[in-house]
Amino acid sequence: MTVITGLGAITPLGLSYKDLWSGLCQGKCGIDRITAFDPSGFTCQIAGQAPEFNIRDYVPKSMRKTTKLMSRDIELAVVAASEVFKDAGLNTKAFDEQNVTINPERTAIILGAGLISCDLVELAPAVAKGITDGRFDIKKWGTYGIEQVTPLWLLKYLPNMLACHVGIIHDIQGPSNTITCAEAAGHLAIGEAMQIIARGDADVALAGGGEAKVNAIVHLRQCLLKRATSDYNNNPKGACRPFDADAKGSVFGEAAACVILESPENAKKRGAKVYARIAGFGQSCSINSKYESLEPDGKGVQYAIETALENAKIKPEQIDLIIPHGTGIFSDDIAEAKGIQKALGSAADKIPVFPTKSMTSNTGAAAGAVDIVAACCAIKDGIIPAAVNFKNISKDCRLNIAKEQIKKNIKYVLCCSYTYGGQTAAMVLKNNE
Amino acid sequence: MNEKSKNRVVITGLGIVCPLGNDVKTMWDSILNCRNGMGTTTIFDASTYPTKFCSEVKNYDIKKYTKNPELHKDGNRHSRFVIGAVAQACQQAKIDIETENPKDGIARRRMGVYLGAGEGSVDNENFFNAIVQGWPENSSQMDWKKWAAVAFGKMLPVRELEQEPNMPAAHISMFTGARGPVRSCLTACAASTQAIGEAFKMLQSNQADIMIAGGAHSMIHPLGIMGFNRLTALSTRNDSPATASRPFTASRDGFVIGEGAAIVILETLESAKKRGVEILAEIIGYGSSNDAFRVTDMHEEARGAVQAMEAALKDAKLSYKDIDYVSTHGTSTAENDKIETLALKKVFKEEAKNTPASSIKSMMGHLIGAAGAAELITCILAIRDNILPPTINLNDPDPALDLDYVPNKPRKAQVDIVMKESFGFGGQNNVVIVKRFSQ
Repeated sequence: MTVITGLGAITPLGLSYKDLWSGLCQGKCGIDRITAFDPSGFTCQIAGQAPEFNIRDYVPKSMRKTTKLMSRDIELAVVAASEVFKDAGLNTKAFDEQNVTINPERTAIILGAGLISCDLVELAPAVAKGITDGRFDIKKWGTYGIEQVTPLWLLKYLPNMLACHVGIIHDIQGPSNTITCAEAAGHLAIGEAMQIIARGDADVALAGGGEAKVNAIVHLRQCLLKRATSDYNNNPKGACRPFDADAKGSVFGEAAACVILESPENAKKRGAKVYARIAGFGQSCSINSKYESLEPDGKGVQYAIETALENAKIKPEQIDLIIPHGTGIFSDDIAEAKGIQKALGSAADKIPVFPTKSMTSNTGAAAGAVDIVAACCAIKDGIIPAAVNFKNISKDCRLNIAKEQIKKNIKYVLCCSYTYGGQTAAMVLKNNE
Repeated sequence: MNEKSKNRVVITGLGIVCPLGNDVKTMWDSILNCRNGMGTTTIFDASTYPTKFCSEVKNYDIKKYTKNPELHKDGNRHSRFVIGAVAQACQQAKIDIETENPKDGIARRRMGVYLGAGEGSVDNENFFNAIVQGWPENSSQMDWKKWAAVAFGKMLPVRELEQEPNMPAAHISMFTGARGPVRSCLTACAASTQAIGEAFKMLQSNQADIMIAGGAHSMIHPLGIMGFNRLTALSTRNDSPATASRPFTASRDGFVIGEGAAIVILETLESAKKRGVEILAEIIGYGSSNDAFRVTDMHEEARGAVQAMEAALKDAKLSYKDIDYVSTHGTSTAENDKIETLALKKVFKEEAKNTPASSIKSMMGHLIGAAGAAELITCILAIRDNILPPTINLNDPDPALDLDYVPNKPRKAQVDIVMKESFGFGGQNNVVIVKRFSQ
C-alpha cells in the first residue's frame, strides 16, 4: 500500500500546508474581493487568492533566470513542491547538491494542471500593433504584432510546464505526467502516481496539482458558465456554501498542493514519517449532455466511490470522514450527495462530511490535492474541522455535514471529486496503524 | 504485482482523422504512396505569419460518424475529429456506440478512456477584440471594465468550456457510454503515447477490460502558430510546403504543424478472446522518463530519451536486438533529429545502423498531442503488411545523421516488433513497444 510521507500546499489560507490546516480548523475563509485585476465589470467579483510571495525564494540561485518563464500556475506548483520535499525529509538537488537523498531516475512527478490561460496584460501591447479602425486585424497582427511577443511565450502556458519546472529544479528523472482533467485532476494525478509506485516504476513520486484560476479569462469562463456565484460580491466570506440550501454557485481561486508518495519499503528503509496510506482509488465519469454539470443522479461519483471502497476492501461504515468535492453549485452538490448516498447506503447519513471549498475556494486542478493534504492532517491530528457557511441542508441531501469540530481517532477518510467534462475520482486514505 | 497475474493487452481497433485521410485505409494508402498533407493554412488567415502553411484535416464530416451531431457541434476541431476516430475504432473492435443497450458484451464500467488531448482554440475574434477594446493603441494598462464589457457581451459559455483539454474525453464518454477509468493528459508532443502507455498499464493490472486510448489536438490557431513561430520551431519554407517537413536532412528548418485525432482500442487478451474480435497486435512495453534538464532544450546527451527507450525494452523483456523498426519522433527540427539519432545510437549500439527508423511526420506533419497515437497506428499497419513507412523529402541527408531512416520510399521487410517514441517540449519522453500477435 503506497504511503504518503510529505505534504506541501500554497492556498488562499497561506503559504504552507500548516497554514491550510490551521485555517481549516479555525474556520478561516480565504475568499475576498479580487485584487489581481479590476473585477467590477465581472458578474462574480470575488476569489481565493494566495498570499504574496517571491518566487525567487523558492528557486536555487543558479536557476533564478528560469522564473521569467513561469506563469502563475507554474509558480504555485514550484512553491508547493519546495515545501513537500522538505516536509518529507528528502534532500534534492535544489537544497543541497552534495547530499541528495532521492534517486532521480526512480522518482516520478505527476501533477494535475489546468488550461493555463495567458496573461492578457502581457499579450496586449502586441495585440495593439494589430488594429485597423478599432478592430483586430489579423494580417497586421501577423506582420507587426507577433514579433512583439516574447520568444519563449508559449512555454509559459503549456500545462505540462508545472511538472517540467519542478522536475528541473529538483532533478526528477522518472515518469512525468500532467493530468488535465480540470477539477478532478488533483485526485487523478495522485492516483496515477500511486499506480506507478505500485507497479514498481518509481520508488518516490511527487503528486498533486496546481492551478491559478484568478486570471481574467479563466474567471470569465466560470462566470459565463454561471458556475461562479454573482450573489455574494458584498459578502465574500459567506459566498461559497457547499450543500447549504442558500448555495448560489462556486467561488474560484488559486492553489497548488502536493504529496510525496513512496512504496512502504522505501519509506521504511529511510525511516520516514508516514501520514497515511492510500488504501483505495477509483475513477469513472459522469455522462451529461450539459457538459458543465454533473449528471443529476451522481452516478459517476457513485461508481468511483464504489471502486475505491472495493479496492480498499472496506465497508461504508468503516469510513470516519468524507471530504467531498462540494463546490457550492447547488445542482452539482445535490448530484454529488446523491452519488455518495447511493455508494454508501445508510452509512452516508452518519459519517461526518467536511467540505473545504467554503474556505479554500474552488482551486480547480489543485482542489483534489488540497483535500488529500487536509485529509492527511485530519488523520494526523484526529480532528474533523467544522464546515463553514453551512446552515440549512439542501433538500435531497442526507449527508451529515460536520457542524462542529469533532475530535476522534480517524482510520479511513474518503475524498472525492468530479469535474465539468465528467471525470470523477475517489480516494480512500487509511491511517498508518 | 507479479508477472503471472498481469493481463496480456492487445489492440483490437484503430481509427484516425488526420491530414493524410479521415480513415485508416486512406491514411495508410497516402503513406505508402509518399503523399503529404501540407498546404496553405486555411483555418485562419496566416498570410502574414512567418509560417503560412501547415497540415490540415480536410473534408471531415462528423455526420458520417454520429447520429447525434448536436451533442458534439460545439466541440472544438479536435473534439469533433475524435468522434470520427472513435467511431472507426469501435466499429473495428465491435464496440457498440450511441446506444443505451449495448450488445457487445462489454460492461461499461469496465471500459475506460485515456486521451492525450490538447486545448481548444480561444474564441479568436472576440478574444482579440476584447483586448483591443480594453487596451487601445498607446495604452499602458488594461481597462478591465471595457475588456469585460466585450467579453461578457460577445463570448459564449459553451465556446469557452470547450477549450478545456478534458473536453474531448467528455465527448468520448458521451459517445460510447464508457464509465470506467477516464483520464486525460497533456504532456505536449508526448501526450498520446503516454496516454496509450498508461492505458496499457491499467489493463495489465486489471483496472478495466477495454481502454479507448489515443490523442486529439489542433494547435492550428492564431495563438498556437504564433507561439511556435516565436520559438522558431516551425519550418518557414513557405515556397514549398510539400517538402518542408524533411526529418534528418541537412536543410531541415523546423516542424510542420498538423492536427487530428487517432484512437486505438486496447483490450485485455481475455476480453478480446471472449468477444471473438480480431487481434491486430499486442502491446508489450512502455517506458516514461523526464529530462529534468531545460524547458527549452532536450538533454544534450539524450539522457531522458535513452532512459525511456531502455525502460520500455525492459518492460517488454526485450533486447534492442529484437526491435525490427523504430517509429521515430522525427520532427524535422535541428535539435530533435540530432538528439534522437544520438539516443538511437546509444540504445541500439552496434545494431543502430541496421535498425530502420523512419519519420512519418515527413508526410503527416506533427499532430502534437495526437502525434504518438497516429504514428502508433502506422506501426501496427507496418506489422500487418510487413512494410516500413518511409521518411520522405530525405534528399540531402545530414552527414552527422547516418542511420537507416528508410529514405523516400516504403520498403518491404519482416516487421514483428516495433518501438514508437515521442518526446515532448519540456522534457517528457514516452516509448511504447508493439508486437505481432501470436498465441
